Amino acid sequence: MEQPEPDVVEQTVSTNLPRLETRVQSPATTPGTTIFDVRNVSIWYGSFKAVTDVSLPIYENEVTAFIGSSGSGKSTVLRALNRMNDLVPGARVDGEMTYRGADLYGKGVSATAVRRRIGMVFQKPNPFPKSIYDNVAYGPRINGERNRARLNEVVERSLRGAALWDEVKNRLKQSGLALSGGQAQRLCIARTIAVEPDVVLMDEPASALDPIATLAIEDLIRELKQNYTIVIVTHNMQQATRVSDRTAFFSVLTDSKSDTRTGILVEHGPTQQIFEDPRDNRTQAYVTGRIG
Amino acid sequence: MAAVTTAPGGVDLREPSGWRRAKSQFATGAMWFAFVCLLVPLGFVLVTVIAKGASIINWQFLTAGIPPNVLPANFGGMGPAVLGTLEITAFAAVIAIPLGILGAVYLNEYGGNRPLARLLSFLSDVMTGVPSIVMGLFIYTIWVIPNGLTGLSGMAGSFALACLMLPIVIRSSYEMLRLVPDSLRQGSYALGATKARVVLTVVLPSAIGGIVSGALLAVARAAGETAPLLFTIGVVTANNPNLFSGSNTALSAQIWLNASQPYVGAQARAWGSALTLIAITFILMIVARLVTARFNRYSR
Repeated sequence: MEQPEPDVVEQTVSTNLPRLETRVQSPATTPGTTIFDVRNVSIWYGSFKAVTDVSLPIYENEVTAFIGSSGSGKSTVLRALNRMNDLVPGARVDGEMTYRGADLYGKGVSATAVRRRIGMVFQKPNPFPKSIYDNVAYGPRINGERNRARLNEVVERSLRGAALWDEVKNRLKQSGLALSGGQAQRLCIARTIAVEPDVVLMDEPASALDPIATLAIEDLIRELKQNYTIVIVTHNMQQATRVSDRTAFFSVLTDSKSDTRTGILVEHGPTQQIFEDPRDNRTQAYVTGRIG
Repeated sequence: MAAVTTAPGGVDLREPSGWRRAKSQFATGAMWFAFVCLLVPLGFVLVTVIAKGASIINWQFLTAGIPPNVLPANFGGMGPAVLGTLEITAFAAVIAIPLGILGAVYLNEYGGNRPLARLLSFLSDVMTGVPSIVMGLFIYTIWVIPNGLTGLSGMAGSFALACLMLPIVIRSSYEMLRLVPDSLRQGSYALGATKARVVLTVVLPSAIGGIVSGALLAVARAAGETAPLLFTIGVVTANNPNLFSGSNTALSAQIWLNASQPYVGAQARAWGSALTLIAITFILMIVARLVTARFNRYSR
């Protein structure tokens, strides 16, 4: 790919993409437009308060990583961003969550319309039991695209965008389930970007993949952020440092009196600062590996 | 003991003799015994039906009208019954399969834990256990009697068979829909699909192979039913292609009528009908397999 990367911080920003040159000098300190503004958000599943009082901004054309231990609510917050939590019976969001200034949970807001702009890639690759072509064309088709030539174009562009085109261009009619794990995940990314979303949410997109497929996905994420805003949940701290501009660290808060647990956002900021100069002791402990 | 059998320069990796091996051998033996016990009646039925029925089957038997019982086997045939079975079963399938699949979609995709869904699920389970003759009586009471002399028709038989098929189609489709992984639904939702889209473009296509084979099994089951037809279709000896008017007949009903006759010719026609019915069922099963394979071509 490129020359060996000297340290964690350099990894964050050192890619040979021209756009990122400026970031080397001032790494992610001058954010662009705010895409999501999360203010004092708490999320319940029934009577269980999964996350408490989370506030953070997410900026355009950046990769924001959510890190933290299991049960800290990072996936829950991620799924609230495109209202996937609506599918869980009893899920409820309190607080304010806006997307480009519009209240995501406002009256009359359609979850379907939200998800057309804010796509999602899941932990386990989930290609549909259809051909590779039909998998990628699925999104455009449900949005009404019937023109064969335009569909062909979208499929090729999306597969190229997901760095999968060269591997599958001769077998587009084959089942999407016949691909390897890494290819299947890139197919799911192609499927997501085929609807030209504004934001791509990724829920541990590489955790089911081998290291080489993981690197391929990470390369892809760095490329995708030129056109998309990306929010990624990851258990892998190296991954966060490699791909993200900003990092949010979540943790579990245990109330020993009532014996309840809830996720909280401990700290968020530029990835370099979170990993090199965390303000909170808990972040410090987590990123240095003293607490799992 | 084991030390004696240790191969030179190696470890003895064979299953040690004793209680574990005995249990394993006993279980294997028991399974083979059960398998053979299962095959014996099945094979016996098949061999008997073929032995007694094959000689009478020819094109005339499958198409000619039903002769008086006293005539020997080389007269007439079972044409009206073959036609009736095909017509009545097909129309029953047209009624029951769409309803059943839609019902299963409601139960699995929309109903959730709602009282209505739980009630429907419970009722369809109860319906599965209702004896088929009760379905016949039901249609006899609510359709045949109110319509007087015109009540007996192929359609009334189709209604009774549809009542029989409906819970089977619901149950088998429901089980197939349940097998569709939630991750596929979520993938579709994440692309901005509405619920109806998710069901139509992801859930149903993923489950269609199993749904179709379940539905065809229900058809095969209904094709062989006698009891629901006894009160509902009457009897005829000439072809009645009109499903909606006039009495009709079916292979299963003809087996019942002819087998109880003292005449050799009628008995031979009963065996021939039995073999024809088995052949129809067999063909449906093969079609079910082919359809399943065709629909599942993307699932691996």
